[in-house]
Amino acid sequence: MKGLAEKKEIIQKLQNQILTLQGLRKGNSGSYTDMGLGPIANAFPDNTFPLGAIHEFISSASEDATATNGFISGLLSKLMLKNGICLWISNKRTLFPPALNLFGIEPERIIFIDLHREKDVLWAVEEALKCNSLAVVVGELKELDFAQSRRLQLAVEKSKVTGFIHRHQPGKENPVTCVSRWKISPLPSVSADGMPGLGFPRWQVELSKVRNGQPGIWRVEWAGGKLRSIPRKPILISKPSISKIASYA
Amino acid sequence: MPKRYASIWFYHLLTDWMARHQPDLRAIPFVLSAADHGRMVVKAVNDLAQEKGIFPGMVVADCRAIFPDLRVIDYPPQQAEKLLNALAEWCIRFTPIAAIDLPDGLVLDISGCTHLWKGEKPYRDEIQNRLRQFGYQVNIAVADTIASAWAVCRYGKSNLIVEPGEQVSALLSLPPSALRLEQSIVEKLEKLGLQHIGSFINMPQTALRRRFGMTLLHRLGQARGSEIELLEPVQPPAPYEERLPCMEPIRTATGIEIALQQLLETLCRRLAKEGNGLRNCTLNCYRVDGNIQKIQIGTNRPSRSTAHLFKLFQIKVSQLEPALGFELFVLQSTIIEEISMEQEALWAESNNDDIEAIGELLDKISGKVGQQSIRRYLPAEHYWPERSIKTSTSLVEKATTAWRKDLPRPLHLLSRPQLIEVTVPIPDYPPMLFRYRGTIHEVKKADGPERIEQEWWIEEGLFRDYYCVEDQDGKRYWLFRLGSYHTGEPKWFVHGFFA
Repeated sequence: MKGLAEKKEIIQKLQNQILTLQGLRKGNSGSYTDMGLGPIANAFPDNTFPLGAIHEFISSASEDATATNGFISGLLSKLMLKNGICLWISNKRTLFPPALNLFGIEPERIIFIDLHREKDVLWAVEEALKCNSLAVVVGELKELDFAQSRRLQLAVEKSKVTGFIHRHQPGKENPVTCVSRWKISPLPSVSADGMPGLGFPRWQVELSKVRNGQPGIWRVEWAGGKLRSIPRKPILISKPSISKIASYA
Repeated sequence: MPKRYASIWFYHLLTDWMARHQPDLRAIPFVLSAADHGRMVVKAVNDLAQEKGIFPGMVVADCRAIFPDLRVIDYPPQQAEKLLNALAEWCIRFTPIAAIDLPDGLVLDISGCTHLWKGEKPYRDEIQNRLRQFGYQVNIAVADTIASAWAVCRYGKSNLIVEPGEQVSALLSLPPSALRLEQSIVEKLEKLGLQHIGSFINMPQTALRRRFGMTLLHRLGQARGSEIELLEPVQPPAPYEERLPCMEPIRTATGIEIALQQLLETLCRRLAKEGNGLRNCTLNCYRVDGNIQKIQIGTNRPSRSTAHLFKLFQIKVSQLEPALGFELFVLQSTIIEEISMEQEALWAESNNDDIEAIGELLDKISGKVGQQSIRRYLPAEHYWPERSIKTSTSLVEKATTAWRKDLPRPLHLLSRPQLIEVTVPIPDYPPMLFRYRGTIHEVKKADGPERIEQEWWIEEGLFRDYYCVEDQDGKRYWLFRLGSYHTGEPKWFVHGFFA
C-alpha cells in the first residue's frame, strides 16, 4: 500500500516536470480560485482552470451566443468574488445587464465598452489585458487571427489578467494561441418535480481544444449559483412527508 | 502695488477689419452705413474717407456729394463687440486682465506686467506694433487710472505714457469730452467757456455738482484715482490655470511636450496640495500669427497624476499645427473634483492603486473612442424592459434602488423586438409553434404570461404579455404578444434569449 502511494507521488512529480517542460506556467501560485467547474476542471493540466490566460469561445447562432455568455458569466462570478473588476468590451452587444443577477454578478460592477469597429475592440481588449488591476476582460468580436491572438497572449503573460474572447460566427475556426477553445450550446431544461415550465439553464459544454489537457464534452446545469453536471437519471428531491409535519402541529 | 492701466483705441476698428479681410479695400475710401430713421447714415469710415472730410454720423447721400466714387458697405451689427472680444482674448498674452471698452477700445490692467518687456514704453510699443501688423490703427495710452488712460489715448497729442501720479496734470489741457461725459454736459461746459478740463477741475465740488450733476464729479474722481472704476475682464482668469511664455516660438512636438510636462507638473503640484483632481483639461497654444489652438482631454475620475495626464495629451499633440511656432502655452482646467477616500466605496475590496489604474485605462480608451462608449448600468424604476436600466457615466455612482431579481429576464435582449409568426391554441396561452428567421420552433415548455403595461405617462401603447419558452432543442426565448385578442389579431415578437 505504501509503495503504491510512493509511486503515485513519483508519477505526480514527473507529470508536473513534463508540464513545466511543455511550457505550463502556474498562474498566481498560492491564490487558488475555485471556478466551480466540477468535472470539467479535470480536463486541464494540474486539474486547475488556467487563470492569467486567454480562453476562446466560439458560438454560431444567437441562442448559442446567449448560452456562451451565460457560461462566461458563471465563470465571471467566481473571478469577481475577490478584487474583481470586469471590463466587457464588444461591438454588437445584446447582453442585458439585469439578467447578470441570475449568475451572481451585480451588473453595476461590470464596465461595458461598446465600440463600433472590430479594430477598436481588439485594441481596447489588448489595452485592458495589460492593466493588471483588472480581474477579467471579456471581448466579444468576430474574427481573431493568429498574430492578434499572440499579442493578447503576450499581454496576459505579463499582467496575469484572465481574458475571455467570445467569437460569434467567425468566418473560420483558425488556430489561435488561446489555452482553450470552448463551444457552449443550450440543452433542454428539466424543472424540478416535473412541474410545467422552464427549469434551470442547461448547457452542453464542449472543450474542443485545451493546451496540455484532455478535450471533452460535458452536460451541465447552472443552479443555485454554481455549475453541476447533469446526472443520467432525473433528480429526485425527497419531499418532507406530510404526516411528519402534521405531527409537529 | 500701484495700479497701471493701458487704454487701446482702435480709431478705425471696423473699417480696418474689413480691409484686413478684403485687401482691395485698403486703397480706396469706403464707409460702413446702416439705416437710421429712414436714412442711410455712416457708422464707420476708413482713413482715406476721413481725409476727404467724411465722418461717422453723416448721411450717405451727403457723403456722395463730397466724393461721388465712395464705396458704401453694409454695417455689420454686433461685429464690433465680437471683434473686441477676440482682440481682448488675444491681449491676454500681455496681461491676464483685459476688458473690452465699447464701442471701439480695450482696457488692459497692466499692473506688474510691463517689466517682462523691460518697461512700459517697449511694452506699449510691442502691443502697438503687433496690432499694426494685423492692420489695426491704434493709439495706446498708459496711466494710473482707466479714465485718464482713456482720455489721453483719445485726446492726448503727445506723451501717451503718463508717469505715475501725473494723471491730473496730463488731463489739464484736454477738452471736457475726454472725461466720457454725456453730450449735454459737454455742451453746457463749452457754452460757459470751460474749454479745458484744467479750467474747472479745481472748482469747488459743490458748485460743480449744483450745475452739472453728480456724473461730472464721478468722472473727475475716476480720472484722479479717488474713485474706483471696475473692469470686467473678457475671460475671467480660470482658477486652475498655468501659463508658460516662450522666449522663442516653439515648433517641434518635442518642444510642445516639454512645455506640457512643465505645465502639468505645476498644476498637479497645486492639486495635490489641495487634495483635488481634475476631470478635464485644455491646453491653449497661442501661435505667433494670433491663432489659438486647443487640445482637450477628459478623465473618468478626478486625476492629478502628471504621467497619466501627459499620456492623454500626448495622443493629441499631433493635432496641433505650429506653423511659425507657439509663443505661449496656457493649461487650464474647469472641472475640479475632490479626490476623496469615500469614492472607492464601490469596490470596497479593491485597493486604491487598482482603482487609479483602471481609471487611467478608461481615460485612455475614452480618449481614443469617446466617452460615450463607456457605460455602467444601474437599475431604473421602470417595468418596461427597455427602460429598466439607466446608464451611468460615473464610475462611483451607486444604485438608488435594488435590482429586481424575482422576474425572469433574458441574458440577451434584442434592441428591437423581432416579429415572428405563431400558432396559438387559445388566447392567453403561449404559442405551440413559432417561426423565427425561417426555422420553425416547437414550444415544449413555457412560463408566463407576465403582463407589462406600457407606461402611459411616458408613451402610449399596447401592453405586452411575455412568455419564456423552450423549443425542442432546448433553446430558450423570451416572446411577447402585443395587445390582446379583443382588439383583433395581435402580433407576436421575440425579444430576447435566455442562457
